[in-house]
Amino acid sequence: MRRGQRLISDVAPMVPATAGPQAAPPQAALPEPFASWFASRGWRPHAHQLALLGEVAAGRDALLIAPTGGGKTLAGFLPSLVDLASRAPEHKAAATIHTLYVSPLKALATDIARNLATPIEEMGLPIRLETRTGDTPPSRRARQRVMPPDILLTTPEQIALMLSHQGAAELFGQVKCVILDELHALASSKRGDLLALDLARLRTLSPGLTAIGLSATVARPSELAAFLVPHQGATATRLAEIVVAAGGAKADIAILRSEAELPWAGHSARYALPEIYEAIKAHRMSLMFVNTRSQAEMLFHELWRHNDANLPIALHHGSLDVAQRRKVEAAMVAGKLRAVVCTSTLDLGIDWGDVDLVVNVGAPKGASRLAQRIGRANHRLDEPSKALLVPANRFEVVECQAALEAAEEGAQDTPSSRPGALDVLAQHVLGTACASPFDVDDLYREVTSAAPYQGLKRETFDQVVEFVATGGYALANYERYAKLKRTPEGILRVAHPRIAQQYRLNVGTIVEAPMLRVRLAPLKGGALKPANVLAPGRILGEVEEYFIEQLAPGDTFVFAGEVLRFEGLRETDAIVTRAHASDPKVPAYEGGKFPLSTYLADRVRRLLAEPRSWSRLPDQVSDWLRLQADISVVPGPDEILVETFPRGNKHYLVCYPFEGRLAHQSLGMLLTRRFERARAAPLGFVANEYALAIWGLNDMGEMVRNGRLDLGRLFDEDMLGDDLDAWLAESSLMKRSFRVCAIISGLIERRHPGQEKTGRQMTVSSDLIYDVLRQHEPDHILLKAAFADAATGLIDVGRLNLFLKRISGRIRHIALRQVSPLAVPVMLEIGRESVPGEASETLLREAVEELIAEALSGNAARQA
Amino acid sequence: MLRAKPDLMPESAPTLRAHVLVSGHEMRPLAAGALYWEAEDTLLVADLHLEKGAAFAALGMLIPPYDTRTTLQRLGKVIRAVEPSRVVALGDSFHRSELAENLAAEDLKLLTRLQQGREWYWICGNHDPFLPPCVGGTVCTTLTICGVTLRHEPSDNELSREIAGHLHPVARIARRGAVIRRRCFATDGNRLVMPAFGAYAGGLNVLDDAFGPLFLRHRLEAWMMGRTDVYPVLGSLLLPD
Repeated sequence: MRRGQRLISDVAPMVPATAGPQAAPPQAALPEPFASWFASRGWRPHAHQLALLGEVAAGRDALLIAPTGGGKTLAGFLPSLVDLASRAPEHKAAATIHTLYVSPLKALATDIARNLATPIEEMGLPIRLETRTGDTPPSRRARQRVMPPDILLTTPEQIALMLSHQGAAELFGQVKCVILDELHALASSKRGDLLALDLARLRTLSPGLTAIGLSATVARPSELAAFLVPHQGATATRLAEIVVAAGGAKADIAILRSEAELPWAGHSARYALPEIYEAIKAHRMSLMFVNTRSQAEMLFHELWRHNDANLPIALHHGSLDVAQRRKVEAAMVAGKLRAVVCTSTLDLGIDWGDVDLVVNVGAPKGASRLAQRIGRANHRLDEPSKALLVPANRFEVVECQAALEAAEEGAQDTPSSRPGALDVLAQHVLGTACASPFDVDDLYREVTSAAPYQGLKRETFDQVVEFVATGGYALANYERYAKLKRTPEGILRVAHPRIAQQYRLNVGTIVEAPMLRVRLAPLKGGALKPANVLAPGRILGEVEEYFIEQLAPGDTFVFAGEVLRFEGLRETDAIVTRAHASDPKVPAYEGGKFPLSTYLADRVRRLLAEPRSWSRLPDQVSDWLRLQADISVVPGPDEILVETFPRGNKHYLVCYPFEGRLAHQSLGMLLTRRFERARAAPLGFVANEYALAIWGLNDMGEMVRNGRLDLGRLFDEDMLGDDLDAWLAESSLMKRSFRVCAIISGLIERRHPGQEKTGRQMTVSSDLIYDVLRQHEPDHILLKAAFADAATGLIDVGRLNLFLKRISGRIRHIALRQVSPLAVPVMLEIGRESVPGEASETLLREAVEELIAEALSGNAARQA
Repeated sequence: MLRAKPDLMPESAPTLRAHVLVSGHEMRPLAAGALYWEAEDTLLVADLHLEKGAAFAALGMLIPPYDTRTTLQRLGKVIRAVEPSRVVALGDSFHRSELAENLAAEDLKLLTRLQQGREWYWICGNHDPFLPPCVGGTVCTTLTICGVTLRHEPSDNELSREIAGHLHPVARIARRGAVIRRRCFATDGNRLVMPAFGAYAGGLNVLDDAFGPLFLRHRLEAWMMGRTDVYPVLGSLLLPD
């Protein structure tokens, strides 16, 4: 799938011998044959490559921070290559691994392997290098355990898998170096937690190993540096050495200015299509990033309608069939495309060709995310990357401006590290036991040496171990089914070999939403007939079951750049036919919706609060803000503006927390409960990234004025107490979080493709388990883990909590007679976005009532 | 798109009804998932799947063991509300016959108390072909009351006047972009298939092929279980999974 000619920019973006800015004095000399090989290519190593070599030679763990194109990967491998090259010539292939390279993407591992092969060959180094990913055939995997290569390139999941085998101690006993690539993308996630635990395990097996982290620029490098070193005790902080590469040329970023009227709401950016198309025409190869797959589909569809010159424009996102994606990637690399519309699937690591323009459509959501995307253009340090930001609506203009200013300052907002997840720990405990029996005290010491688990209490750890062993239920009746048994010496061992087999089928922290294949049926329109069940249609890709569940046969939607008609389901296939609808639905994909980062939100609030800075915004936007200042007020940076106004026969309350849609939805759920108690008769709410609107039958503005509604009490932090608890009991979001934890922790098994047909008796719905467990043991460790996830994820109450603290005593209420300019965007979302379906009782009743009405009118018609 | 056509409506308006007719007998579906036959003072439940948690634990999935208690407590609530003189469990009352012996002492006590002062029938299912004496009650393969046969698996006979379990029917409808999937009583007025009662019992969509031969499609109704009410929904409104 890949090519040879791009080797230079992949592994060896060296400075030409004449280049100036990188010419710092070398920290370590490059030994032979490396020095000659570099010279033969007319290259000189980067200062940071030599610095890293020096640190590792001295046995110190190190973190390299370099912008895209900084020769990170080769820097990471140099210490290992140098060490391996210096082995005595009579060195025999040992049954151990020397260097482990871990990447978040298997494609990246494969790519790097191919590109490292060249220097190894050209220098004639006696080094064996192999990859191991989910795609590696079982026979090769088995062989790798017996006869491992010197350098193994792999993924966190594969490491966990290998560590669970009985031969792990021999296989990893001599590891000298572990290279963690794209560490910024792994840390602070469950995969990062698993990786941290595996690193701690590897250190136990090979106490002398050195860890190298490779990362893009991040907000807090020390957190990544802490990830790489072993810790002792909860308070002492040790850090890896940090090597920072010289920054590249500043990016050339602009916000697209359009003649068209800026939309008030929506995410389509349709208004800017003529300008986007012109930009594509003016560049060799453009990469167009959007935030969601539905945006990608829509934009691709629209671009082709504008594509008078028939430019080769392709689509790339995670739901498309793999073969289709590979085709697009190959065409990019071969320079056959002028533009690719893509989601974050192309965010990471691999560079796909000679991109000279990055177009970011929609809100950037975070300063670091934007920086990494922009880095996709121009993989050379000394040339500026060129980027065009295309806001899709007025608020996004402000957000783009804030992100642009952050980029100019080089500000970053990567997420902070958080305590390691307990479901991941449970998986690790079982994996450890599968390899060999363990002593609980030793394992506790090992686990807490990993940065994410440094603060883990012994009590919690013991609960996790008990959970793995027997389920950890207060009603202790599973002793006889225990997975782990305690020997008289206090050692825990796996009770049955079958348990290790089960573990290996369920390893990993990536739990995909259940997916359905989208299969194009050859028949045109019409109903799906049983005779066509096996119609050999082409597979277009996969979508979440969740989305298909919302479609009725006959509905149309856009997927893989085509308008499709949903015909029905056959096992795990959603059968579709081609359709020509003018107004197709767009899949409301769950994935890919990033919340606005706290940092960027803060910048947006400050930009709004400072009228002098409005001159940096397009006239349409500054006029809009001035109008808001006339009619209502523009909120200050530390206060929350609450507007109330009547409209139609309803009353509205709109507030502007700027905390992202997820936190706003939670706030909406909780506030409507409180409104109900205050007899404000709320009817519904809608949230976007910036604001929340609640509507009801009673005049909430009047209720505030006459003291029947106390806004301070309404927005009080205690909302996160009982109200939250009551909501969570039924929340489908909470159930989703629980399902993920139940799978990762090994409580229930993953669904494997093809299992659906036979596996019905073997599963219990995690929703049913959630209900039962919550009723009988609300403090169970798995419920705690699920809540911790939801609090920072789907329901984002962590952020809500900070918000409520921030605005306490700073609520500014403005009663208006009509909708304010600032409120228009969120008001336009009403009806477009439905309130998440927690109110299903009402809907059921409606279904029946509508039926009565219809039945009665039907009777009336007949009587008439 | 999914409008109910008046000519497909059953005789009575399909709502505000508290009763469903099975072969001419009035029965009351309860929101808890049980069916109450007032004329016979008989309460029917199906597919309790007691000890399903333990059955899974034996296979290495240590799911919470509280399902038996939850199921029995729910059943106790219905029995206290209705005070029937007869209870019939329509099979698969235990997830595995062998596990009936292992019922926790407290759960067994709970069950015994429920059985006091009333007739209790266990109809055998495919999961529990036999039951030990310790669980009390009368064990049988079918039971016929007033010409209505109570059995576990629905029979092949298309016009059979029967109430069965086994299939765990659920129904799905879509309203305003939200999808609701609930356990349901499925009936065409002749035959009725009960929803599963057990805390860990899953469900099968009533539009699945397995239900195909059982009902006259145009008379199919799904009585969907709500929190406090049961909602009769016309077959034409239902969605497949």
